[in-house]
Amino acid sequence: MNRLNVCTLAALVAVSFTLAGCPKKPTVKPNATDAQTVAQTGDSANTGRGSGADSNAVRPLTDTHGALPAGEGELGATIRFEYDSAEIKAEYQPIISSEGKQLAANRHLQLRLEGNTDERGSAEYNIALGERRAQAVKKALLLVGAIDSQLTTLSYGEERPLADGHDEAAWTQNRRVEIVVTAR
Amino acid sequence: MNKRVQTVLLACVLYVAGIAAAQAQLTVDITKGNSSPIPIAIVPFSGEGLAVDVAQVVEGDLARSGRFAPLARAAQPQQPTQASQIDWPQWKLVKTDYLAIGRIRADGAGYVIEVELHNVLSGERVLGVSVNATGSGLRLSAHRIADLLYEKLIGVPGAFATRIAYVAVEGPVAARHWRLVVADSDGENPVTIVDSKQPLMSPSWSPDGTQLAYVSFEGRVSSVFVQSIQTGVRDRVSGRAGINGAPAWAPDGRRMALALSQPDGNVDVFVLDLETKALLRVTDDPAIDTEPCFSADGQSLYFTSDRAGRPQIYQIRLAPGERAKRLTFEGSYNARPRLSPDGKMLAVVTQDQGAYRIARVDIATGQSLVLTTGRLDESPTFAPNGQTVIYSARERGRGVLATVAIDSGVVTRITLASGDIRDPAWSPRL
Repeated sequence: MNRLNVCTLAALVAVSFTLAGCPKKPTVKPNATDAQTVAQTGDSANTGRGSGADSNAVRPLTDTHGALPAGEGELGATIRFEYDSAEIKAEYQPIISSEGKQLAANRHLQLRLEGNTDERGSAEYNIALGERRAQAVKKALLLVGAIDSQLTTLSYGEERPLADGHDEAAWTQNRRVEIVVTAR
Repeated sequence: MNKRVQTVLLACVLYVAGIAAAQAQLTVDITKGNSSPIPIAIVPFSGEGLAVDVAQVVEGDLARSGRFAPLARAAQPQQPTQASQIDWPQWKLVKTDYLAIGRIRADGAGYVIEVELHNVLSGERVLGVSVNATGSGLRLSAHRIADLLYEKLIGVPGAFATRIAYVAVEGPVAARHWRLVVADSDGENPVTIVDSKQPLMSPSWSPDGTQLAYVSFEGRVSSVFVQSIQTGVRDRVSGRAGINGAPAWAPDGRRMALALSQPDGNVDVFVLDLETKALLRVTDDPAIDTEPCFSADGQSLYFTSDRAGRPQIYQIRLAPGERAKRLTFEGSYNARPRLSPDGKMLAVVTQDQGAYRIARVDIATGQSLVLTTGRLDESPTFAPNGQTVIYSARERGRGVLATVAIDSGVVTRITLASGDIRDPAWSPRL
């Protein structure tokens, strides 16, 4: 079942970026990663307009460390922040304590702390701000039972909003750290 | 077996949907015009009927610059292709100051395009040019002609024969995908060079215009890649633990400024030697230091830092023991500096009346002038002629690209038929 999912995903990835109609034999690359580089072979290679079908070489990435099946990780709690702030509000302390207890009780449990910001301001500054938020959660978890090897951080900045709107209601939802379980 | 067939069918459906999205056309509108654009007419060239309407491309470029008011073809009193055919009184009647006529003829495997620019009031020919074109390069040649006409009448070269890179984001929140696209400066010929289910951001052109650096989150880690636009071959130049972001090339093309995080998550600015891979730490501050860009002489960096509490622009020389000097004092938020081609100005994101807008900052005086009127304007970069800044904006919830003239406030907008476009980067002259 798991293998089928991986193959399906790989087939979708491979086929989505092949420009030569529906292939009779979809190229299945079990190690397909999240991104595909579309190699250019001169004027005819134009994925933007779907021309130059067969001249488009599609190369898998050399990178292999990200071959994760869809749905990898399981979303746990979400901690929200004020504008341009990485301070964990008191109302989230029970979540931190509870996560800390679980991490102390099960050293196989691993979490990825994903920092996010709202869309306002510059994108790379927001990457740094999202990381600051993820690190704030990491520090808090280390104080309540976690050990360093159980926690990784990742900042998406403003790139992965949860709410699609462009007002304070959406921004409030989007300024967050998502706690993702990557191993248990 | 059935499952396999279903999978292939599903794949085909998704494939078709993907192509439809890839074909989504860009549209370009002028949303705010100049008060006194130059009246000009570009009549169809003889020998047209080719795949590209060359005169139309030239006309579109000049119109988009906001500095010209081209006369619509339907309103043109005649369509001469030789100077001897021009009926001057008729052109004076329609109040056209300049008239461009041209001829295209086959030349071996390609074409020669001859264009003449006439001053209608004086009857004098002010420019005659001959441009060679390959069959597939007709649009590029048309942009070159527009550059020459622009230079003749405005006094600075145009920036039409250039390209823009941008990130297109499509799909619902739960199933987004990101494409890094390179298109002509008018949004035509969009070519996707990377397609990912994880975020792509911060494209940056090499000074010679052959490569793009960008940030990719594939594999759920951030990395900086450098990719050849022509061959698609790419190299992960920074894939350290933590943040690898904000790539910006040095003018010499051999070094790259980056924002990298320390194990504690703090982000500082570094310079990577692309040949030796040697990494030079430039800032060491507990605040966020990011979004570096090189000065014109390659000897210092401008960058964003919130070391004073809120993000502001700083400059630091690339020498041991140097301290950063704050450049911006107007407004509570200034970020993402990008240098003008003459090295005298920075385009930045600034907070203005509660909104995020694009401002230009005079480096010598620190004086700031807000150029745009949007609510969520971001990611400014200068055109290679320094006349306009391209940036991303949000209009009715959609991510669009816009350009603003740095002195006249003329705004044009580039929109994708569906989805958002953002993070534009204007190529150098090609």
